[in-house]
Amino acid sequence: MNDTEKIYSILNDLTGEDLTDKGDTNLFDTGLLDSMATVQLLLEIETEIGVEVPVSEFERSEWETPNKIIAKVGSLK
Amino acid sequence: MINLQPYSNPNYFMILLAALLPIMIGLYFGRRLKIYEALFTFSFLVLTFGGDHWHQGVALIIYTIYQVGLTMGFERYRRTKNQTSIFVSTVLLSILPLVIVKFTPLFPNDHSFNIGFLGISYLTFKTVQVIMELRDGTIKEISWQQYLQFLLFFPTISSGPIDRYRRFIKDYDHVPDRKTYLADVDQAVFYLFQGFLYKYILGYIFGTLLLPNVSQAALSQRYALGGTGISWYLLAYMYVYSMYLFFDFAGYSLFAVSISYFMGIKTPMNFNKPFLAHNIKEFWNRWHMTLSFWFRDFIFMRFTFWVMKHHWVKNRVRMSQLAYLVNFLVMGFWHGITWYYIVYGLFHAAAIILNDYWLRYKKKHADQIPHNKWTEGLAIFATFNIVCFSFLIFSGFLNQLWF
Repeated sequence: MNDTEKIYSILNDLTGEDLTDKGDTNLFDTGLLDSMATVQLLLEIETEIGVEVPVSEFERSEWETPNKIIAKVGSLK
Repeated sequence: MINLQPYSNPNYFMILLAALLPIMIGLYFGRRLKIYEALFTFSFLVLTFGGDHWHQGVALIIYTIYQVGLTMGFERYRRTKNQTSIFVSTVLLSILPLVIVKFTPLFPNDHSFNIGFLGISYLTFKTVQVIMELRDGTIKEISWQQYLQFLLFFPTISSGPIDRYRRFIKDYDHVPDRKTYLADVDQAVFYLFQGFLYKYILGYIFGTLLLPNVSQAALSQRYALGGTGISWYLLAYMYVYSMYLFFDFAGYSLFAVSISYFMGIKTPMNFNKPFLAHNIKEFWNRWHMTLSFWFRDFIFMRFTFWVMKHHWVKNRVRMSQLAYLVNFLVMGFWHGITWYYIVYGLFHAAAIILNDYWLRYKKKHADQIPHNKWTEGLAIFATFNIVCFSFLIFSGFLNQLWF
């Protein structure tokens, strides 16, 4: 699995929805991700992809869609 | 010597707007007059904390020196090392003055010098935030001049909204182009008048005209319903107080945001139609937002991250419940160490936990639960009443009624 696939697999797991073709869905506005799920997301990114994301780095507007998350993780790698 | 409390009377606004003019003209011509701004801040701090409030002024000066020293020390330390024990100690030292201030009322016989001043809790949010971001490495360096500007930014010094360091400095170091600045001023004027409407008309009607009357009427019924004091007047008090709390605080926050915008600083908004929330979770995304987001980012998320990383709690649902409890308990204690603030915190923790159960249930049975504008209306109505009840607890009126 590459990183993009890994991120979608984490997100689908957390939200209980198949987001694979919906890369521009706003995860916060739609209520798919809450703070709790967000923390899980950060922890999963750390264990699955090996990118450490401190909570302070988490600026909601930069992480609000699957595509943005993929770009952000890519930039932190 | 004169003393003027922030946004308290027409005089204050006249002096403020006059003093703002040079800053505005500067920004219009693409320049930020940093020295004038520093003098301006200093003068308004003297107005707020001088005169017969001088002891608060002294407390503010000592507090500021202490916090700047602490943060700059940690920043220097963090350049080379990163021990958890040092980080935790720094955070504890940073909240120590606030803790002392919060515990002082429990010892009414102690007449030693009071280290508190108006706005100490709001300054503490800022210092803790910066220390945590230094730890995370999202803030790498701080100049003490900029840190002072951030801490003592006077439009928000007494009661927020609580800004974030990186966001503030970005605005402070930047001069908006003329078109953007004019739009900001437009917005600022709108917020200012909305603030007048909220605080001085609606807040006045609910707080000054109605509240004393319903309060007296409710107190006269203190033996009603088997000695519980539950009466229609108590219900009226609940709604009147809730309206007063909202319009007074939202009005104040609008002033703070408005004055910031005049200065080209986009201080975040504090309220977003909180009484239209469909549930408690949404309510906290709309009510006193800079506070609840601070708690979300620096208590809730960090606590969850820390516990889950160490695998202390495995179940996701239990974890979020525990985190809500910690989050709202801390918020309750922050408001003050009285039974009603703490019960208020517990009440909201319980409400949001039950809310989560419902949201999970709803998600699972989405096809069986009707969803239309009537159910939405019902949700808004129910949330509004639950929130108002929590404000009745928060008001301390029950303490007066029962004890």
